[in-house]
Amino acid sequence: MEIDPFIFRLSIFILSIFVGYYVVWSVTPSLHTPLMSVTNAISSVIIVGAIIAALSGSDGVVFSSSSIYGFLAIILAAVNIFGGFLVTQRMLAMYKKKKKDK
Amino acid sequence: MSANLSAILYLVSGVLFILALRGLSSPETSRQGNLFGIIGMIIAVTVTFLSVGNFSSGFIYVLIFLAIGGSIGAFIAYRIPMTAMPELVAGFHSLVGLAAVFVAISAFINPSAFNLGTPGNIKLASLIEMAIGAAVGAITFSGSVIAFLKLQGIMSGAPITFKGQHLLNALLLLLIVILTIYLCSTQSANLFWILIAVSFLIGFLIIIPIGGADMPVVISMLNSYSGWAAAGIGFTLENTALIITGALVGSSGAILSYIMCKGMNRSFFNVILGGFGATDQKSQSQNKEQRPVKSGNADDAAFLMKNASSIIIVPGYGMAVAQAQHALREMVDTLKKNDIKVSYAIHPVAGRMPGHMNVLLAEANVPYDEVFELEEINNDFANADVAFVIGANDVTNPVAKTDPQSPIYGMPVLDVEKCKSVLFVKRSLSPGYAGIDNDLFYKENTLMLFADAKKMTEDITKNL
Repeated sequence: MEIDPFIFRLSIFILSIFVGYYVVWSVTPSLHTPLMSVTNAISSVIIVGAIIAALSGSDGVVFSSSSIYGFLAIILAAVNIFGGFLVTQRMLAMYKKKKKDK
Repeated sequence: MSANLSAILYLVSGVLFILALRGLSSPETSRQGNLFGIIGMIIAVTVTFLSVGNFSSGFIYVLIFLAIGGSIGAFIAYRIPMTAMPELVAGFHSLVGLAAVFVAISAFINPSAFNLGTPGNIKLASLIEMAIGAAVGAITFSGSVIAFLKLQGIMSGAPITFKGQHLLNALLLLLIVILTIYLCSTQSANLFWILIAVSFLIGFLIIIPIGGADMPVVISMLNSYSGWAAAGIGFTLENTALIITGALVGSSGAILSYIMCKGMNRSFFNVILGGFGATDQKSQSQNKEQRPVKSGNADDAAFLMKNASSIIIVPGYGMAVAQAQHALREMVDTLKKNDIKVSYAIHPVAGRMPGHMNVLLAEANVPYDEVFELEEINNDFANADVAFVIGANDVTNPVAKTDPQSPIYGMPVLDVEKCKSVLFVKRSLSPGYAGIDNDLFYKENTLMLFADAKKMTEDITKNL
């Protein structure tokens, strides 16, 4: 009997929830704001769906009814990717240790 | 590019995202973690281009739109002040939600591009995943927009409640389920549009009854939703990178919501059902009589501080509003020159989002090893000479430990009153967000400093 590929994806999903659970508990509370901005940036990997949608038009027709939604989604996701990673970087650069030389 | 190779590369990018979060376990490794995240994203985008393999004129447009969105994002990231981080994150969540809705719509209109069947004959499983992705995405979008407006002050932070609110929400949720079932049997485009519209509405209705100080929970919750929306779309697209990321973000947001709720000693449902400040007016209205308060000026505060050997600073949302973090750091620098030990105590729900205070202090160049969480520092208050409360209120209220009638009873609070003396910077005696009087104001050892937080801090520095 063959296993539906959906089951494999579901397994990945469930296991990832557990990975996320343990990884996030180990995040230090002082970095919870960067955690939110970086999770925000990585969830914009939804851009892969947007790209597929945007390139779905047939030859010669770049903007079809479905590809327009793809293009719009690309803009939104791109704002998030660049904005999210850059603002995280900006925040993390500010976290400094006490200087040893007193 | 073969389907197997691209699937493996998507897996690699998913693993890199896990490492990105792992890096945040300490500030030293966090920057490297962020880099892993960026590499993961580059891999995912490149693989998608190669596997679609369509480098016609459409590809150029994709790059153009990518550049437009990217420059807007980069511009915002460099310009945004750190105090506005909660608004920014709420705004960004709304974009993820809307992007999920758009991708779902596109997949519904043109399923063959995603190998999901033909219009009107979409595979059942895909249709369910699509509907879930679109619905959760739409809820994330409208919810985040409301959260953004409330944080930005465009919309009042006060909870908006009306009769039958919970019943209406429950009916709408039921409607979403029914619509999804009908959608699966009829494949009707109209039902799909109605489903999205109802989801937008419910996102709006869920967030309006939640008040300003509950925003840390709301933002974390929307963070979680944006992850589940991404995961839903990931199932539709059969894409492991999206499924892994969605699960990570979803559980991350859920954990943060849990931590925030625990910080307020309230259940998640209690927060979501809303209307905190509005419901508990009775317990404090009877003791409205004027109680004596000691108030002082910057001179008195500076005198107390100069004679102290250890000081604990308790920052709160008021510090963010007054933008007082830099002035505070300067004050602390002066204190340290006088060999006074200074540390910072941060309550889990101080500010408007998890970790809000830590970022502001980091911005003001406060070393992170001087900043402590509630459990780490709470025992030290008894040994400290001065507690300097700046912009915090409810999180210091001893009533949470003593009065079972109080709405905040049981909430973990900072034991500020155990200090030899307490300096409380506040504009007036008005109660905090929870609408309850703070007993700390009337303690013998408390000196109230009525002024703007930034102005007062600067004045104290001058007097030191």
